[in-house]
Amino acid sequence: MQLAPRDTQAFRGQFTYRNSPEAVSRFPFPFPEDDYMYSVNTEPHTLPGPKGSVYEHMLDIDEHYLCETAERAMVLEEDPARCLAMPHMEQACWDLLEFVMTHYAQDYPEHFSFTRQGDQYEWINRPLGIHQTFVMGDASTLPMPPMEFIGRQMQGDFALLDQRDADLFMDAGVITSPADWSLAFDAGMSFKQWHGPVPLAHEMGIFDRVLKYLCAIKVGSPIRRLNWTMTIHPRMDSSPETYHQWGADRTTITPENVGRDVFLRVELQTLVRMPRSHALFFGIRTYLISMDDLTTNKAWAKRLHRVLANLPEALVDYKGMTRYRDTVVEWLSEYDHELQPQT
Amino acid sequence: MSDLIPVRVAEIEQISSIIKQFTFVADEKPLPPFSAGSHVVVQMEGEGKRFRNAYSLISNPADSSHYRIAVRLQERSRGGSQFMHGEFRPGDRLFISPPANMFLPDWQARHHILIAGGIGITPFLSYGYELEQRQASFEVHYVYRNAETGAFREALTERFGNRLYCYSGERPDFYTLLGHQPLGTHVYVCGPEAMIQDVKATASALGWSPQRVHYEAFTAPQPGKPFVARLSRSQQDVAVAGDTPLLDALEAHGLEIPNMCRGGVCGQCKTSVVDGDIEHRDAFLDDQEKASQRCIMPCVSRSSSDYLVLDL
Ligand code: FES
Repeated sequence: MQLAPRDTQAFRGQFTYRNSPEAVSRFPFPFPEDDYMYSVNTEPHTLPGPKGSVYEHMLDIDEHYLCETAERAMVLEEDPARCLAMPHMEQACWDLLEFVMTHYAQDYPEHFSFTRQGDQYEWINRPLGIHQTFVMGDASTLPMPPMEFIGRQMQGDFALLDQRDADLFMDAGVITSPADWSLAFDAGMSFKQWHGPVPLAHEMGIFDRVLKYLCAIKVGSPIRRLNWTMTIHPRMDSSPETYHQWGADRTTITPENVGRDVFLRVELQTLVRMPRSHALFFGIRTYLISMDDLTTNKAWAKRLHRVLANLPEALVDYKGMTRYRDTVVEWLSEYDHELQPQT
Repeated sequence: MSDLIPVRVAEIEQISSIIKQFTFVADEKPLPPFSAGSHVVVQMEGEGKRFRNAYSLISNPADSSHYRIAVRLQERSRGGSQFMHGEFRPGDRLFISPPANMFLPDWQARHHILIAGGIGITPFLSYGYELEQRQASFEVHYVYRNAETGAFREALTERFGNRLYCYSGERPDFYTLLGHQPLGTHVYVCGPEAMIQDVKATASALGWSPQRVHYEAFTAPQPGKPFVARLSRSQQDVAVAGDTPLLDALEAHGLEIPNMCRGGVCGQCKTSVVDGDIEHRDAFLDDQEKASQRCIMPCVSRSSSDYLVLDL
């Protein structure tokens, strides 16, 4: 895999983010049907997944690795509270570090290496030029706390959920590209509290079932699901804290700029049981695709048109699309002639 | 159970006349690490019969080069514990499930009180390592009937010193034990149902919030009378012998039913019932669900009628 060069303007300022044709072809398009409903669309994260797909490995890395880790560093610089670990999560943080290093090295040996000699571990991250020897469990052998150390080298966000009292609590994580939610706000909250705002799902009794399901995830049996929203510009960091920077973008959409400025934003969420701490790793890998790129795939264009046209008002509001949904639907209708009235 | 781990019996140690300790090592790939309080399901291939029993891991969670379990011989059943005691020899190969955990320490607690009844000490053996490693504040109360059931007391005295309290043939006064504890204290109980109920009632009388009370009912499935499970979808009958749990009988018939604890706690094996009288023995369903007679936890519960029609 060829990594695009580091670029601090990919997700802000000039918004230089681009997908190569390969990245477009492996984009995790999230709609299996013409109608979208909030559903428990989880499935086992069986490995290895189809070759070249975002499901092939435990943790997916793609051409945007350098840009995303650069963006992560900038967000953490501006707002250190995006990285947070409560004291009782210490062991979970080491679990995470070992988990990420093991899978990155095993699945991307051209970029990473992770070896052990007795007590000494050696970690090499070639793209970021990091070479570190350390003792597992001894924080004084790392330049920063273990979760932050590895978290800065990860493509994608994650939270570590502590399981207590048949519930899950968001007690640690590094979140630099949230889709309108905030780690600082959700920290310490239980599963139901942090899902509070999702409309319709409560009434469907979905959360009770999902929570039971998540609490029962076993070591070695990870699961995954896709989540989606739309965003204006390839902006990774749309947190409530920075709303003043991006909120107004929603009012700028015209038929002329839909293709360039409107992006489908898909999260590949993975849930993996950490073996020593029993914490649940909640990984959120975000993929962005512009409408111009998405519509190079005619089937996707047609499907997205129908999904957006049929989306219940409550979900349109929840996903922050009220101001521009109709413009996008109109623009996409060109790809869905069967729905047009016959002339 | 498609994700089974092959292991080899490395060592068997007789701890008392009724408790044996088994050490397993990896047979192919390394054993996964585990957390304190985890259990595994051990699969035993008997003569024309397969047993699956859940046992707590009692070894050090920091060392996954081996797993260790302790098995108490259950005189009343001819099930897995008899098989483990009678049939296994060092070098034997068998399959176990990956570790799962239904009984985690709460790492936000400022003080941990562990109360064990007899063989209920097993999850606390792994807790002990972890609590010590984290330098957590804790105390262990070990209640047993006699030297045979309290077989771990010597090893534990060595390990825990004055943090261990033993009660031979007597019951501790839970009221005194739980009274005057600092607010951040959590209590964990593993033992007979009556003891769990006692501790729960005492804690609640003292105004403890339920979040501070943790328990694991370790009861193995108890035998009952034989019956026939009728599978309404495939129109097949499965005979369930008196000493076979319904779940085992269904599995032997080739059905894959989600399960984790095999002890009526986790809720994974919940199965819909179309007709028949259920004898509920689980700790998962609430009273209303039990009264409805519409679902059963086949890992521990049985039928009191001759036929039980399942939506399978
Ligand atoms: S397997 Fe856990 S309740 Fe039956």
